[in-house]
Amino acid sequence: MSTVTALLDRPAAAGARRGALLRSPARLAPLVLLAAVALVLVFPGVFATHAPEATDVAAALRPPGAEHWLGTDQLGRDVWSRLVHGTRLSLLIAVGATVIGVGGGALLGLVAGCGGRQVDFALMRVVDVLLGFPELLLALVVVALLGGGTVNVAIAIGVAGVPHYARLVRGQARLVLRSEYVEAARVLGVPAWRSVLRHVLPNVGGPLVVLASIGLGSAIISGSGLSVLGLGPVPPDADWGSMVADGKDFLQTAWWISISPGLAVSVVVVCTTLIGRSLQSRAVR
Amino acid sequence: MTTTTTEATAAKAAAGHTGPSVPLVRVEGLRVSFPGAPRPAVDGVSLAVGAGECVALVGESGSGKSVTARSLIGLAGARARVSARTLEVAGADTAGFGERQWRAVRGRRVAMVFQDALTALDPLRTVGAEIAEAARLGGTAGPDSEARVVELLTAVGVPEPEARRTQYPHQLSGGLRQRALIASALAADAPLLIADEPTTALDAIVQAQILALLGRLKDEGRGLLLVSHDLAVVAQLADRVLVLRRGEVVESGPAGRVLSAPEHPYTRMLLDAVPSGRPRARPAQAPPGAAEAADAEAADAGAPDAEEAAPVLTGRGLVKSFAPGGPRALDEVGFTLRAGEALGVVGESGSGKTTLARVAMGLSRPDAGEVLLHGRPWSALPERRRRAGRSAIQFVQQDPYASADPRFTVARIIGEALPGLRRAERARRCAELLDQVGLPAELLSRRPHQLSGGQRQRVAIARALACGPQVLVCDEPVSALDVSVQAQVLQLLDRLRRERGIALLFITHDLAVVRQVADRVLIMRGGSVVEEGGTERIFEAPAHPYTRALLDAVLRLPGTEGAGSTEGAGSTEGAGSTASTGSTEGPGGAHVADVTGRDAPEQDTEHAAGQDGEHVPKWET
Repeated sequence: MSTVTALLDRPAAAGARRGALLRSPARLAPLVLLAAVALVLVFPGVFATHAPEATDVAAALRPPGAEHWLGTDQLGRDVWSRLVHGTRLSLLIAVGATVIGVGGGALLGLVAGCGGRQVDFALMRVVDVLLGFPELLLALVVVALLGGGTVNVAIAIGVAGVPHYARLVRGQARLVLRSEYVEAARVLGVPAWRSVLRHVLPNVGGPLVVLASIGLGSAIISGSGLSVLGLGPVPPDADWGSMVADGKDFLQTAWWISISPGLAVSVVVVCTTLIGRSLQSRAVR
Repeated sequence: MTTTTTEATAAKAAAGHTGPSVPLVRVEGLRVSFPGAPRPAVDGVSLAVGAGECVALVGESGSGKSVTARSLIGLAGARARVSARTLEVAGADTAGFGERQWRAVRGRRVAMVFQDALTALDPLRTVGAEIAEAARLGGTAGPDSEARVVELLTAVGVPEPEARRTQYPHQLSGGLRQRALIASALAADAPLLIADEPTTALDAIVQAQILALLGRLKDEGRGLLLVSHDLAVVAQLADRVLVLRRGEVVESGPAGRVLSAPEHPYTRMLLDAVPSGRPRARPAQAPPGAAEAADAEAADAGAPDAEEAAPVLTGRGLVKSFAPGGPRALDEVGFTLRAGEALGVVGESGSGKTTLARVAMGLSRPDAGEVLLHGRPWSALPERRRRAGRSAIQFVQQDPYASADPRFTVARIIGEALPGLRRAERARRCAELLDQVGLPAELLSRRPHQLSGGQRQRVAIARALACGPQVLVCDEPVSALDVSVQAQVLQLLDRLRRERGIALLFITHDLAVVRQVADRVLIMRGGSVVEEGGTERIFEAPAHPYTRALLDAVLRLPGTEGAGSTEGAGSTEGAGSTASTGSTEGPGGAHVADVTGRDAPEQDTEHAAGQDGEHVPKWET
């Protein structure tokens, strides 16, 4: 009984707890960091110290210092400035992939969860098979079919994420569909499709947002991973993953070329995951 | 390791409590507050329970009775701030108790019986394992824990304890589960038992048995702290009563005095609100001949009656089972509901009454038979065509919390029943509907969790009224509500029936409620109708033995009509009262024991079938 009411309390409590979320430093820190990253994404010119593509062979492979905060790469490009300018591509790939994954997953999940038994069975068996492969492998298959490049990488990672979101949405949808308020709507003569839009979708939305915010982190990793393999943005465009790849031959002598973008990926992933987790714990309480 | 000094004192005190002078638990000025709450949940409660004594905490939901009981064993919750002038358990001051000391108290000194045995017992373990663990922790298991388990199960009156020991909670009926839970509470031989709403989740017949068991434990010298909202239950067991309201004791004293001559208006209100089981006063403006027609029909079913109102909802030969070839939740059930009439459907859990409601609503398709609405096909229609007729028949569900989308405001909840209206018009209609169910229009912007239980159920009724139905199917509409609110909702439903001629199909397990509301009654058991007739005829002269057993199990407050031999709740009469209820299991009440004994396995299979079928039990979702 108490767990039931606790779950149902969610929408109300959300407003009251929003203040608490901001007051707790452990929860505030990732939000502040991500806000900073967002600023960098929108105004890279403000934060960069050099032009990202300006080569200076004389200053190649300089270690981090006053002139080049994070050193320079083998062509003498400023790593910090490249990192700043790479933010946009890295995050856009991740966000794009998550949007594709959530959208596709929600659609599949709703159709399976709200459709008939046979539809559900067919769709879920496909999802089961897809879930059997590692996400990165799935993304590779899609890239192999579509070819590389920024947009295709985003699509590939998004498609690879679809089965996870579909599973969640389908389960939640079935739960909501069986609830008494959906039954009450049916008794009132509300057509089934309208119930799905009005009751099922909004009530599935909460858990979906939680999973998406955690999924954003893994999308960044997958995107970088594909870029490291050279399937991502085409040079001279660079995201963090392709920067890691650029530096792989110099790990012994100039570690900063690869380590800096690697750290950037880690920080952003940890932040999004932390936010996702705190959203999740709030929903469960 | 657990032999702390406090425990040693506790043990000493427990050993020396042979006389009634040393209470098993004594608390003075208990105050429990939760951070963020505007007022303490419990404020200044004092009580003491001695051996062989039953003290009852009575109050409505939110009165702090459960929090009080839980504080006595250190289970008020991690966030609770508990303080008291005195808080002694088994003679030991618990002021500085840490979790370890509390653990030494729980089970051995004070044991707890929870309301819902289905959630309180581990679904993945046999009840035997559960009880054996409690015995082991309490140090009473001995070398042969199986023998101890059988002994405990026997002590709480579980038949075939050897076989039941190896079963899982879901394989047991509600009554057996509650007995198993009590057995595990008794396992460590605690002198004090706290029972938090021990019979609230149970059917009337089973409730009588559990109360008899608790009465016997009390007679054996155990102390009993009973937490209940049900004054009739309290009257059966309690020697002393504390009436709580918003965390404060408004009245306390010997049970006989408090229940028969209450001093505080709140106590009087609680007592008045208990469904008395008295027949409904039928006002003159009752719809033409509804009640009379019903009685006439019961007396002579074949007689043509010109006064008879037209049937609005008819069921014929309804059959429904949830697994092919499985037990039938409905077995050849037929009924007729006439305009402006209230038809009560009474039965215990598993009797098929909810399935009947769902079939009547067109939410569940019968395997055979059909439901006719205004004489036209209803259950046979495809959903698309039924949708058009849905406004004529509406549903009020048991749990008003679950039946409203938690994200919706009251305006949207009711507005869902008013499609195609413009914004302003819809808002006006919503306010109008709220007014009809006695709620202010301010509530329109609230969400379900911001309403009380009674308000929520009224909103549900307002929503049902929005489409102007001629039939209202009510599935246990008041069983989730406090008694005072229950009475208001029942009056509202009765008013709607009288003023608008809305026919009610009223499903309930509560005979007192049905007597207040219904013109005619169907008694259901195991999916079939065992008896049908005018309400008064059923109550005055029940024909079927099962109906008689149901009626015998109804608890009444002392001083109400027909209480007869089962009454007597005064501290001096306490023993007599428990003895008389105890007889339901003895030779004196043989027919009751017989009926329920055969009922148990049936109920089990039906529960199991229900899980695979369409209506999933609450605890699963």
